Amino acid sequence: MAIPANLELAAHGERPRSSLTRLYLEHERLAIGGGTLAAVLLLWEALGRSGLVDPLFISFPTQVAQAGWQLSHGRDFWNDVEVSASEFILGYGAALALAIPLGLAVGLSKRLQYMIGPFVDTLNAVPRVTLLPLIIIWCGIGIWSKVVVVFLGAAIPILINTQSGVKTSEARFIRVARSFSASRLKIFSSIILPGTVPFIFTGLKYGAGRALLGVVVGELYASTAGLGHMIADAGNTFQTDVVFFGVLVFMATGLIVVALLDAVERRFEKWRPRPR
Amino acid sequence: MPAKLEAQDIRLEYFQPRTNTRLLALDGVDLKIMDGEFVSIVGPSGCGKTTFLSVVDGLIAASAGRILVDGQAVTKPGPDRAVVFQDASLLPWRTVLNNVRYGLECLNVGAREAKERASHFINLVGLSGFEHHYPYELSGGMQQRVNLARALVMDPKILLMDEPFASLDAQTRELMQEELLQIWVQAKKTVLFVTHQIDEAIYLSDRVAVFSGRPGKVKATIAVAIERPRRLAIKREPRFHAIEDRIWGLIEGDVKVDRNRRNIDRSDRSF
Amino acid sequence: MTDAANGRRNGMSSTAPMRAANDELQMPVALRWYLVHERVILGTLVVMLFLIGWEGLERGWWADMLRPLLGASAERLQLKPIFISSPTLIAAAAFRMFFVTGEIWRDLAWSGAGYVLGLGLAIAVGIPLGLAGGWYRRFSYAVEPFLSALNATPQVAFLPLIVVWVGTGLGQRVLIIFLLAVLPLAINAHAAVRTTDPRLVKVASSLGASDWRLLRTIILPSAVPFLLAGLRLAIGRGMIGVVVGEIYGSAAGVGAMINQAGARFQTDKVFVGVLTIIAAGVILVEIVQRIERRVDVWRAPA
Repeated sequence: MAIPANLELAAHGERPRSSLTRLYLEHERLAIGGGTLAAVLLLWEALGRSGLVDPLFISFPTQVAQAGWQLSHGRDFWNDVEVSASEFILGYGAALALAIPLGLAVGLSKRLQYMIGPFVDTLNAVPRVTLLPLIIIWCGIGIWSKVVVVFLGAAIPILINTQSGVKTSEARFIRVARSFSASRLKIFSSIILPGTVPFIFTGLKYGAGRALLGVVVGELYASTAGLGHMIADAGNTFQTDVVFFGVLVFMATGLIVVALLDAVERRFEKWRPRPR
Repeated sequence: MPAKLEAQDIRLEYFQPRTNTRLLALDGVDLKIMDGEFVSIVGPSGCGKTTFLSVVDGLIAASAGRILVDGQAVTKPGPDRAVVFQDASLLPWRTVLNNVRYGLECLNVGAREAKERASHFINLVGLSGFEHHYPYELSGGMQQRVNLARALVMDPKILLMDEPFASLDAQTRELMQEELLQIWVQAKKTVLFVTHQIDEAIYLSDRVAVFSGRPGKVKATIAVAIERPRRLAIKREPRFHAIEDRIWGLIEGDVKVDRNRRNIDRSDRSF
Repeated sequence: MTDAANGRRNGMSSTAPMRAANDELQMPVALRWYLVHERVILGTLVVMLFLIGWEGLERGWWADMLRPLLGASAERLQLKPIFISSPTLIAAAAFRMFFVTGEIWRDLAWSGAGYVLGLGLAIAVGIPLGLAGGWYRRFSYAVEPFLSALNATPQVAFLPLIVVWVGTGLGQRVLIIFLLAVLPLAINAHAAVRTTDPRLVKVASSLGASDWRLLRTIILPSAVPFLLAGLRLAIGRGMIGVVVGEIYGSAAGVGAMINQAGARFQTDKVFVGVLTIIAAGVILVEIVQRIERRVDVWRAPA
């Protein structure tokens, strides 16, 4: 049994290698990862297409791709995309706009933190899906109930992380500012705010995942349109290829949103030493 | 001639809510520094050297006594005193240039003027070319030089330095000491320097103030009658050693007492 | 200059007691007591105000109070119980459901069974998977695309697929809970192995420890806090799975109860269900935290 690779060096030290081996090792991660993925896809294709496993249950990659192709030529699909997208954007945007300033305020004011702490903690502990019946009673099964679910899902992590960022502003930097007689506003803008940015991004990324989850959960529970609705419908009618395609769309969205946030974060954080 | 910096009978007392007692940190510190002098403070750990520096800078208010700069009493931080902290504490999200001009920004100095002044002092500390680097790209010694430039650019009347070389390795430390003297000559500042290392204090200073153990007060002031400019090699001369012996003799007893006390304090830690 | 003369110059009597540097702490005992307990006091106060405000909305206290001022529009300040219920109605419903009819215990058992199975499966699969991934680099490379994909997707989106595969019923509930809970466990187990202090490994190796002994005595003990943190996350995510799994008309279960009550506008029962789930989550997390504290006894306090 081999020791974990990162600890091998500590245990055994360097070992001599040939140049071909080294070339492979540099790209090993890609090779094995990509390779396994390809193998699984091929296996899936074989199983489904040959009928060894009823395609009604698992479909296969080319069938899924075909379903996607057909859907993207129909109006209904894009309507669903628009509905889900607006739910996400409205809810996430509102969460961003409200939770960041509120998080900053709560981080700065102990009293405020004491007062809204219980509510934030409770909302954090509730799985939003349990609130869905209530939200539906209040907002109906249209787009607004989903917006509320998305908002709640994103706002809480953004608020908590922003608050956390303010509170962990390093005392030594604040001391520097004070020694230069910086005004309180200056301390906030030049020390606290820049120091909180990494935390805000953590909250944004986590919130994006929860927002997307909110879209799905809200639409699965009760909706008349949207991608989640499409998946649920397709599931009921055993259109497994459509279901897979829908899941893929959500997966792609998740990856894209996080990648976008990462890119924006990197622009803000040129000053950070990049690990590895 | 009036002193540049004068501390009159500084006392500092802390109230400790946990044990409901009062702790005396500084017990009547008297110190006078003339214009252009380089004065060091040495003393055992915990004797209040850094606390005293904070009082001089105005970050902590003394319980009794006054601090006078050019004859005027001061109670808050101000542009007439600048601190070089032990931890460089460069703002990691700002470039070297922006770090150095931070203090000027706080005083609402115009951008162009701030940039010129900052560049001048970045040059003075030997870091020209690094203006647009980020702190994480600099070594410890380089960061301390930025720290120094940041303080000097304020054109303070007094430069306060709190063990600025403590986190550097021994060899870098020696070189920085020599460099500091060169910069000091060029910048023509009055300096109050706090350190643990006796040889560092003697090498750099015109006078060395020796602090007693807690509660802190000035036990004695030793004049360093070695001519300037001083090469590092003088540290190995007998007259240098003689002064070292004298100072060590003054604080040895206090160091031993303090070490025992701290061991007891540490075992009492319940937080 | 004598002390007394000095004192007079400073405007301070040299015989008067000195101001302590942190004199704000020298204040009336009552004020100090308040500050020490401020968090609890303010928190409780605000929660009480909230509950009273809520109750008043349902009962029309504010409507009655402000009617002379606002006239007819004061009616807006009273909301029907089907929309918001009220603290007292909820408490009454809770009492009924827990102690009179006992209906909620059956739902708890039903949901609980699915939860325990799903969480158990997640632990049994996720932790070894993560440990293996941390241990064997190549295995981690192979599995990484799938776990990343799963992580980026809202796992709930797989629910219709699961229903296609196993229909609705216990299997479906267990699977969705498993899907939701497995990732934090696997990811944390992986991280736990990878962040073992290499210096400890060096010491053990130089003393001649075999690889198996390394795992047992160095890696696993240092992995425990990560695993417990992962468990805490998995508990919360599993709760989501409980409720989501019962969307498709489960025969019983807290989630199903909430859904049915919601459909019948029995808002008080909905709230009871929500609070029960919160309470269950809090209790479980508290248990894990207690275990954490026991296991981490050797750690220096932060």
